[in-house]
Amino acid sequence: MIKVRVHDRWPPGHIRTPAYIRGKVGCVERNLGPFNNPEQNAYRLDPDQHDLVRVRFTMDELWGTDAEHPTDTIEVEVYSHWLEKV
Amino acid sequence: MPHDHLSPSGHPYRADDDTPLTYWQTMEIAVRELLIEKGHLSAVEIQHQIDAMDARSPANGAKVVAKSWVDPEFKAALLKDAGSACRSLGFDIGPMHLIAVENTDDIHNVIVCTLCSCYPRNLLGLPPDWYKSREYRSRTVKEPRKVLGEFGLEVAPNIEVRVHDSTADMRYIVLPNRPPDTESLPEEELAKLVTRDSMIGVGLPKHLSELNA
Amino acid sequence: MTDFFGKRWHDMGGDPAGTIDHDQHDFALWEKRVDALMVLSSSKGLMNTDSLRRVLEDMGPEAYEKMTYYERWIASVTQNMIEAGAFSPEELATKMEEITSRGDTYGAAT
Repeated sequence: MIKVRVHDRWPPGHIRTPAYIRGKVGCVERNLGPFNNPEQNAYRLDPDQHDLVRVRFTMDELWGTDAEHPTDTIEVEVYSHWLEKV
Repeated sequence: MPHDHLSPSGHPYRADDDTPLTYWQTMEIAVRELLIEKGHLSAVEIQHQIDAMDARSPANGAKVVAKSWVDPEFKAALLKDAGSACRSLGFDIGPMHLIAVENTDDIHNVIVCTLCSCYPRNLLGLPPDWYKSREYRSRTVKEPRKVLGEFGLEVAPNIEVRVHDSTADMRYIVLPNRPPDTESLPEEELAKLVTRDSMIGVGLPKHLSELNA
Repeated sequence: MTDFFGKRWHDMGGDPAGTIDHDQHDFALWEKRVDALMVLSSSKGLMNTDSLRRVLEDMGPEAYEKMTYYERWIASVTQNMIEAGAFSPEELATKMEEITSRGDTYGAAT
């Protein structure tokens, strides 16, 4: 599986990348193809298209020693402009 | 204030209609009437949309799940593209993009939307109130096992809990495991075992002994 | 001084919170109408799911705690309709005034 890191960025506006995955590393579960960028769509701007990627994280990666069960997982849809390959 | 409690159509008003008019209710009436007057919408379209939403319920999802239990080809199609598979059964799910996630002996799936309240509404109908609550949205990604415990569901430590956060354009439905001893049960009876909560992942299908309970 | 680092109020995944309340209410007619207005306005291109959410987010945590779900939704739909030019605030105000003069209950005014 391809490993990716979510950007650790904190701009204002309508953002669909939840805080708890920013800066975290996960594996690509599947690429869903291009979708409208919500960061523009929310303001009725003509939206760019970005691939929407389902990324799988372990609870250990997201919560560290606070994890309830470290090997449990979370899958989140992330637009590709929020991801970098590791 | 009218005392006959009958609407212009002659039907009694619902109880909600008899409470004092609020600012937000006034706004709903105003927006609706302005959109109709200006030709953006018609009263008929609004009624049809309400009827279409009322017709959607967990029973639709239950039929999809039961079909997947008895028809391996359909199950494969459902896991590949759940939206198309649901449409092939005649369900009008609108433009919704749907992904089915399958429970197995090793994985238990659960659905949440931490950023708002995304839910497969065009298949299952409107979400339950708890699904939209701060408590469910906040905790399910951090302590899913405790959350599931509050729904009466204990997941064994050797089974992976997989949480799906509906952050963007996809909606999700859990394909729960078929209950034991149901091999001889026809599809329509199997559908009666599938609960709303089992398709969100906070519950399991009913046991055979609960079928007529 | 503030310890704000950019995580907004609605982005609540992982935040501490209490036990889950399983109470359920039946949807009232006016709530179903709000839902229908959102769906139909979106299908007509006057708004979209992201613009609905954007206004809800900008309404802040107090609205989330104090207003009901469909009260927040009609506030967002209305804001979106004004932004889209579907009607003006003045037209809305005039219409709301006229509606409140019709009666004291939703049933009488609708």
